[in-house]
Amino acid sequence: MKILVPVKRVIDYNAKPRVKADGTGVDLANVKMSMNPFDEIAVEEAIRLKEKGVATEVIAVSIGVAKAQETLRTSLAMGADRAILIQTDEEVEPLALAKLLAKVQEEEGAGLIILGKQAIDDDSNQTGQMLAALLNLPQGTFASKVEVEGDSVSVTREVDGGLETVKLSTPAIITTDLRLNEPRYASLPNIMKAKSKPLAQKTPADYGVDIGARLETLKVVEPPKRTAGVKVADVDELVAKLKAMGVAA
Amino acid sequence: MKTLVWVEHEGGVVKDATLSAITAAAKLGEVHLLVAGEGVDGVAAAAAQIAGVGKVHVADDAVYGHALAENIAPLVVELMGHHDAFIAPATSNGKNIAPRVAALLDVMQISDILSVEGEDTFTRPIYAGNAIATVKSKDAKKVITVRGTAFEKAAREGGSGTVEAVASTGDKGLSSFVGAEIAKLERPELTSAKIIVSGGRALKDGPTFEEVIYPLADKLGAAVGASRAAVDAGYVPNDYQVGQTGKIVAPEVYVAVGISGAIQHLAGMKDSKTIIAINKDEDAPIFQVADIGVVGDLFKIVPELTDKL
Repeated sequence: MKILVPVKRVIDYNAKPRVKADGTGVDLANVKMSMNPFDEIAVEEAIRLKEKGVATEVIAVSIGVAKAQETLRTSLAMGADRAILIQTDEEVEPLALAKLLAKVQEEEGAGLIILGKQAIDDDSNQTGQMLAALLNLPQGTFASKVEVEGDSVSVTREVDGGLETVKLSTPAIITTDLRLNEPRYASLPNIMKAKSKPLAQKTPADYGVDIGARLETLKVVEPPKRTAGVKVADVDELVAKLKAMGVAA
Repeated sequence: MKTLVWVEHEGGVVKDATLSAITAAAKLGEVHLLVAGEGVDGVAAAAAQIAGVGKVHVADDAVYGHALAENIAPLVVELMGHHDAFIAPATSNGKNIAPRVAALLDVMQISDILSVEGEDTFTRPIYAGNAIATVKSKDAKKVITVRGTAFEKAAREGGSGTVEAVASTGDKGLSSFVGAEIAKLERPELTSAKIIVSGGRALKDGPTFEEVIYPLADKLGAAVGASRAAVDAGYVPNDYQVGQTGKIVAPEVYVAVGISGAIQHLAGMKDSKTIIAINKDEDAPIFQVADIGVVGDLFKIVPELTDKL
């Protein structure tokens, strides 16, 4: 069984996004970029399934700028076998991403497609579910545990209030939540080896998909700022304030 | 515009986040609801009472029993033949279902909206809430999820909607529900609580977390939350997590105990009305958003506070 893992290059988890002064977006110049953290978990899960002998090949796919190659090389260094870059300088929305990935899946015929539940830049949380819809496949979103059993997969999902388990026929789409696994760091020898693993270069036009935007961003602003309040000296003062607010009797 | 709102319900009761979604839908025009599930006559009748609701479409079938997106999305698509927008609360079920509907309709979804600026224009948070984007949809039909804390809840009474049964679209045979482990709630639910007491990594371990945080929460009648660091360290389960990757909350009072205030945590709670921070590090970022701060040892302050309340 092949596993397809879409990965996205985004602002690093620890970098502070700054809104551009002209309100057109977030300034990404000279900001550290990394693989979307949820996608790292997806790559890790796919590699673990290969190590267990469940999967035979792990293919990483990224849709984005030329530098997304670095993100793919990271996936290869972690243990993916080969990579596909669908290169475009346009910002691609989840619906168009899902259409491109559906075309890749038609060519690859993977048994599982594992994606991050959301990217930490646009926070859409859509691509996996959309891909499942377009391919008419089942979806196990926000997964914290994945067990492949013959031609089905059991997915434990993080839901409001706890966990839920669903059984899906394969091929299936899975999106990862934080507790699924802890991604490995690539070792130096593996980083070196990754440089010679195959990386195919494509464009959206190769797949005949229109990636025109459906949403127009009119402006991007900073959220209303909270101002720091007062520091109280001791618990008595805090209790007095809570009482004044009506929180405590 | 005619909007269809997917109703999330549990134990025969319409969930709060759906009431917020209905308020958002009402800003677009006429509000219709979809109640899907098994044995949902009672829910449908209750939903028809919600203020501002026109028609309630009811699909009563076991295949909708566990809100499986594979079965619900085709049902919504059927109904979207005569609706202009589909709205779901941005809960785990809503987030699971809505994008599947959107792709089937060839529509780009607008996720987690904070406001309705016009019939095709909305604001939504991006970059973990560090920026707010105003977006305009060019699609003929809209698919939207609504952040519950950003809209008032519609009143449960005062409406006089009509209830209409719709035919089941059947089991698509792709997925099945196996089971759930839903934590028993001895305290209010995080996303609807008026007061939340949250603990961070400074709480040391699970038993200490319980010993320090729970008595204060119980004294205040509060829900208990945690930072991602506390969840990662295994003190409490993930469903306690407040933050961009956990639950987004906006209670009247948020008490942050031993939480430094990482960006991702602030994103989940900074819309709280009053924030109280207790932390030994006076330079902790949490104090930049807190209305009331106490600098000191939480292991002394929290028990004393619990005692004096």
